[in-house]
Amino acid sequence: MAPKVKLPKPGELSKIEFKNPATDWMDTPVEFKPGTYCWGAKEKDLLTLGLPNPRQWSPADEDWKIPDGWESTIIEGIAERLSKYRSFKVFMDICVRCGACADKCHFYIATGDPKNMPVLRAELLRSVYKKYFTKSGKFLGRLAGARELNMDVLKEWWSYFFQCTECRRCSVFCPYGIDQAEVTIIGRELLNLVGLNIDWIAGPAAACYMKGNHLGLEPHAITGNIESMVDDIEDITGIRVNPTFNRKGAEIMFVTPSGDLLGEPGIQTCMGYLMLFHELGLDYTWSTYASEGGNFGFFTSNDMAKRLNYKIYAEAKRLGVKYIIGGECGHMWRVLNQYMDTWHGPADFLEVPVSPITGTVFENAKSTKMIHISEFTADLIKHKKLNLDPSRNDHLKVTYHDSCNPSRGMGLLDEPREIIKAVCNNFYEMPENTIREKTFCCGSGSGLNASENMEQRMRGGFPRANAVKYVREKHGVNMLANICAVDRAALPALMDYWNPGVGVTGVTELVGNALVMKGEKERTTNLRFEDLPGKGGNE
Amino acid sequence: MDIKFNEILKEKKSTISKRWLDTMIASYPKDDSGFLMSQKDRFANPVGYTFTKGLDGILEVLIKDEDSAESLQFLNDIIKVRAIQDFTPAKAMAFIFQLKTIVREELRKEIRQNQIYVELLEFESKIDDLALNAFDIYVKCREQIYELRTDELKRMTFTLLKKANLMSEIPDPDPESEPKDQN
Ligand code: SF4
Ligand code: SF4
Repeated sequence: MAPKVKLPKPGELSKIEFKNPATDWMDTPVEFKPGTYCWGAKEKDLLTLGLPNPRQWSPADEDWKIPDGWESTIIEGIAERLSKYRSFKVFMDICVRCGACADKCHFYIATGDPKNMPVLRAELLRSVYKKYFTKSGKFLGRLAGARELNMDVLKEWWSYFFQCTECRRCSVFCPYGIDQAEVTIIGRELLNLVGLNIDWIAGPAAACYMKGNHLGLEPHAITGNIESMVDDIEDITGIRVNPTFNRKGAEIMFVTPSGDLLGEPGIQTCMGYLMLFHELGLDYTWSTYASEGGNFGFFTSNDMAKRLNYKIYAEAKRLGVKYIIGGECGHMWRVLNQYMDTWHGPADFLEVPVSPITGTVFENAKSTKMIHISEFTADLIKHKKLNLDPSRNDHLKVTYHDSCNPSRGMGLLDEPREIIKAVCNNFYEMPENTIREKTFCCGSGSGLNASENMEQRMRGGFPRANAVKYVREKHGVNMLANICAVDRAALPALMDYWNPGVGVTGVTELVGNALVMKGEKERTTNLRFEDLPGKGGNE
Repeated sequence: MDIKFNEILKEKKSTISKRWLDTMIASYPKDDSGFLMSQKDRFANPVGYTFTKGLDGILEVLIKDEDSAESLQFLNDIIKVRAIQDFTPAKAMAFIFQLKTIVREELRKEIRQNQIYVELLEFESKIDDLALNAFDIYVKCREQIYELRTDELKRMTFTLLKKANLMSEIPDPDPESEPKDQN
């Protein structure tokens, strides 16, 4: 008979607890682990912007250096906003906890952390609202879901309102249309009252306030960068395009996010704009003052967004243009499409945009007087005004990522697709529940595209990347197109991690490559100086 | 390996696989909705899908007693997710060792009856091999997070570097440090 052996269970030998402690969300304090949060706003940037409580601090420190009496500052801040914004009051009151939004947030989907459920993210603030602004909360306290405002709550807000990309995916599924992005916006405003912003938002906002754009590019740097793109275009096409700057009396002013002026692959998108406008002979000009389409003030407070936005109409007025075309950007369009007119309109000094090439009147922009480059280009394509050779993009198998704001914020769904189909022969859609209004966020929106929180970004973008993985495996997709500067900055890292080998491109870069310009030489490379299909030695 | 052991394992596969997934999910914050388990749509719940498919796939390969290369793909998909989810390395990879406990518990009676302890140990050493591979993948993922940051910075400052003629001074990325496509 074999000896009796009694093996210890492996678990018995190990002393590490692998299960998560099951505590109620109100009793689960937040932890700040490197890689999962953004750095705190710098003293100098808050000073520049005139925001409260400028100081050096770190979210990892125990003491956040918040001035005494901060509780009343926040409570008064809530009161003020309840009376000012009806939507905020409604969103605080009407949620029935049906749960329809719960599993729709990319951060929840990727972390399984209930506090990333949109309904619970709102509850972080709602619980405090209940305590101080409702009878039931005052008397029943926790029984009614109410709780005191204290430092732990404040830290929790900071953590979770800077873990929401304000993408509004949850709102698509809420039967009452509760928009968690708006709750986050208010939450961040409140945090800013006591000096709690993140560096990646306050820094660009301060740069924009002083220099006109997030990157802090001064006028000579802007013209210099564009000139070097002009040189590259000439090398590739043999044609020298002639952009003008701050030219009074031009018909159109063009505004794009400054990300298109500096990094890759933004600059190739920018080269696409330059080529397209040149080919059309468009009477347009760049402004080196209104040199930012994006608006990181929007991620700080309504007032800051308004302040940074002001220059766009002011500059259009100064230059005496008829209307404005804006470049490929995400949140820029939520601001321009939904807020600018209220803040600084009516822009009576401008005219309703009319395409000088096709005569199309853009009635949708009757009020704002500003149209999106994709609307403009799709209209040209529809009227067959462009000479295109899509085979130049034949090495690409393209899929399209709907950026949250243009898709959910302004319904720009078909125009980019029409453009891509006209300039590429291989286009594949991602699955239905991950595109159009239901698109998944890049995970880095609303100012969260810093680099110190890379781990958090990889999480937030996982649902998006997972859908890209699917079309890559099924169709061999190797290029992710988009119309957003934050996407162009943030998605390359997301692809490198989850789907190595998939590149990222702005839609207008694809246009620039396919565009057959009058008098151009035979092109051998694309705008990235890579051999065109069938033209290089490495085929 | 002894046929018997694998046959028993095969019979119990679905129970083992389910328990394995349960243990994995228990490492996430308490969530009454049970989302990670219950949502079956692979796009609505990529984490749950990756784990369900991956754990089942690994188990399948282990039972078939074949070349482990196939299971590396599944392992890679799972670890990539665990590596960015706020776990300590130990917690991120505990699930591999937990398979041992589950198999022992599920097969306790059969192992005693058939006296197949040696086979059990053989099986467990395959799990150890898997764990060693998992460490490699995990470390690579974590290193990559830092590389992503430097790569991003390079992309962001592309024009400036080019203008200052500095581009040539940035060495070509070392092929070893390029993100490897494990898929
Ligand atoms: S707005 Fe987006 S990030 Fe914020 S809670 Fe809703 S789904 Fe999540
Ligand atoms: S879907 Fe709307 S009503 Fe339902 S829980 Fe979410 S926010 Fe509340």
